[in-house]
Amino acid sequence: MSSLTTPVLELKDVSIAYDTASLPVPAVSHVNLTLERDSIVGLVGESGSGKSTLANGIMRLLKGRARLAGGQILVDGRDVYQMDAKTLRQFRWNSMAMVFQSAMTVLNPVMTVEQQMMDVFLAHRRGLSRQEARQRSLELLDMVRIARKYARSYPHELSGGMKQRIVIAIALALEPSLVIMDEPTTALDVVVQRSILTQIQELQKERHFAILFISHDFSLVAELASRVAIMYAGRLVEVTESRGLHVGSPNHHPYTEGLMRAIPRLTPEDVDIEGIPGYPPNLRELPSGCAYHPRCPYAEPVCRAIRPEPSLIEGRLVACHRYDPEKGGEFIHVS
Amino acid sequence: MRYLTQKLVFFVVCLWAALTINFILPRMLPGNPALAMFAKFQGQLNPNALHALELEFGFSHQPMYLQYLTYLKNMVTLHWGLSYTYYPTPVTTIIAHSLPWTIGLVGIATLIAVLVGTTLGIYIAWRRGGFLDGTLPVTTMFLQAMPYFWTGTILLFLFAFVWHWFPLGHAYSTTVTPGWNGAFVRSVLGHAILPGITIFLGSVSGWIVGMRNNMIFTLGEDYVVFAEAKGVSPWRLMTSYAARNALLPQVTSFALAMGLIVSGSILTEEVFSYPGIGFQLTNGVLSQDLPLIQSAFLIIAVAVLVVNLIVDVLYVRLDPRVRTGGGVQ
Repeated sequence: MSSLTTPVLELKDVSIAYDTASLPVPAVSHVNLTLERDSIVGLVGESGSGKSTLANGIMRLLKGRARLAGGQILVDGRDVYQMDAKTLRQFRWNSMAMVFQSAMTVLNPVMTVEQQMMDVFLAHRRGLSRQEARQRSLELLDMVRIARKYARSYPHELSGGMKQRIVIAIALALEPSLVIMDEPTTALDVVVQRSILTQIQELQKERHFAILFISHDFSLVAELASRVAIMYAGRLVEVTESRGLHVGSPNHHPYTEGLMRAIPRLTPEDVDIEGIPGYPPNLRELPSGCAYHPRCPYAEPVCRAIRPEPSLIEGRLVACHRYDPEKGGEFIHVS
Repeated sequence: MRYLTQKLVFFVVCLWAALTINFILPRMLPGNPALAMFAKFQGQLNPNALHALELEFGFSHQPMYLQYLTYLKNMVTLHWGLSYTYYPTPVTTIIAHSLPWTIGLVGIATLIAVLVGTTLGIYIAWRRGGFLDGTLPVTTMFLQAMPYFWTGTILLFLFAFVWHWFPLGHAYSTTVTPGWNGAFVRSVLGHAILPGITIFLGSVSGWIVGMRNNMIFTLGEDYVVFAEAKGVSPWRLMTSYAARNALLPQVTSFALAMGLIVSGSILTEEVFSYPGIGFQLTNGVLSQDLPLIQSAFLIIAVAVLVVNLIVDVLYVRLDPRVRTGGGVQ
């Protein structure tokens, strides 16, 4: 079914739209991205840029009026949107799993954590006895270093960090090849955040699953992931190695530059923060041409008129007129 | 355990308050039951009998606090006085004869309405936008919006008076012997169907719509989406993850509804001449039968308190967050 060379995740020209009374609102537009086995890729963007929509789209968990408007999503080489409900139910969690953003609310408040872990095994492993499922659940607790005595606890009896560890354990229960982590540490305080991240890294090294790590925290992603995709207004504006992500490194998308400058720099004298002026665009009324042009310091008339296509610049994909290869990295001037 | 103790203390305090109010209210009325009784006999009674009646009714000219203590003692020992209407039958006997009918009829009809309504609510929320979801809330709401004594009258007119499918009233036919025999049970059931349907139609919509709304809210919760993602079967997702949580507010409504069973049935019992406590209470009010009214109110208060205590205990079983005293985080 899937060989070791098939990418874990292939997004081919993926578009997701929310149907409204008038026109469909594009939340994700023409996204192309590939995740290799055993890799960590970060997906960064501001709130409302379409990161979570994309994550739910990959999992085929789009709710309400959201729908896949175009493109293909392949996980382990299989088209997620070509499966019937039953196959999908088995495929999800066996091959792809997801850690949700809200650790506080993703566990059923009236069920013990053990039962909620057992449910994964009982739903996917036919013929597994309850006793075996319980044993496997306890092993999962060991894996995320939570004492077995908490197995019979209810979610409200656990701290936020413990809950998120349990959610991670549930995601890894069936050893999927892809785990999407949608801001897994956002709801937690910094100390707990750090320990969860360390644990995610350790588990990844040990078990070799691929992670699509979604966050708005640029520095965190740059540290964790080997590659970073930067999303703006539903489009990927840059896909780059995380190594070159620091202020002053050349040939980035202006938005990426803005994000890098927005990381607080702590020097003995001062704390230096620089924001990106303006606000993310309203998806209903996207700016013409490049959606970033109203906030871009380098904006030229062409940016208002023509949407730049991603082009390969020194190993990274950047969608910006500055780097149009035909013009040798210079702006095209339309008169 | 601390939770239960709390609830028990609350129960006792409320019960005491209800008893005390029940003591004060009749004493604020002019005259006393003995005078009323005396007047009822229109001078045919020897004036000496007044004193005897006062003693009989437990009414004295002692200081208030002594009366109060005697009253409390009488209440606890079930000496609730004699009914005027059915003089000299003790009120307790009347209640003992009418309360089971009310609990049997209204209790069971309400329980069926809750179970059916809640199940339908779960189903139509799960199949949101489906045919039943579009029709069921509207039609049942229409039925519930009709005054239930009117629904009852219409049912009675059509099914009992015009078509003779069901009896016109009372709890069982006078031709059968009360007891555990087939004829009597059949008669009781036959007599209960029309008033039962009236009560069912008058309340089922609230349960359907209430549960549907809870359920739709719960279906949007993160833990339901997460459970769906992790592959839990649709049935388990609907029951253990969604409905199990959506049920909690429903239990509270159930407690309130059960408390109203004893009092809420007055009109239905009146329309169907059903010998329940509502029927007796109406009789009592019409003939100013103070001991009966007082006792009926007491029963209603006690019923509300007892049901609430039971539901509180039940709630502990249903919601682990209550058990440990922790709130929603």
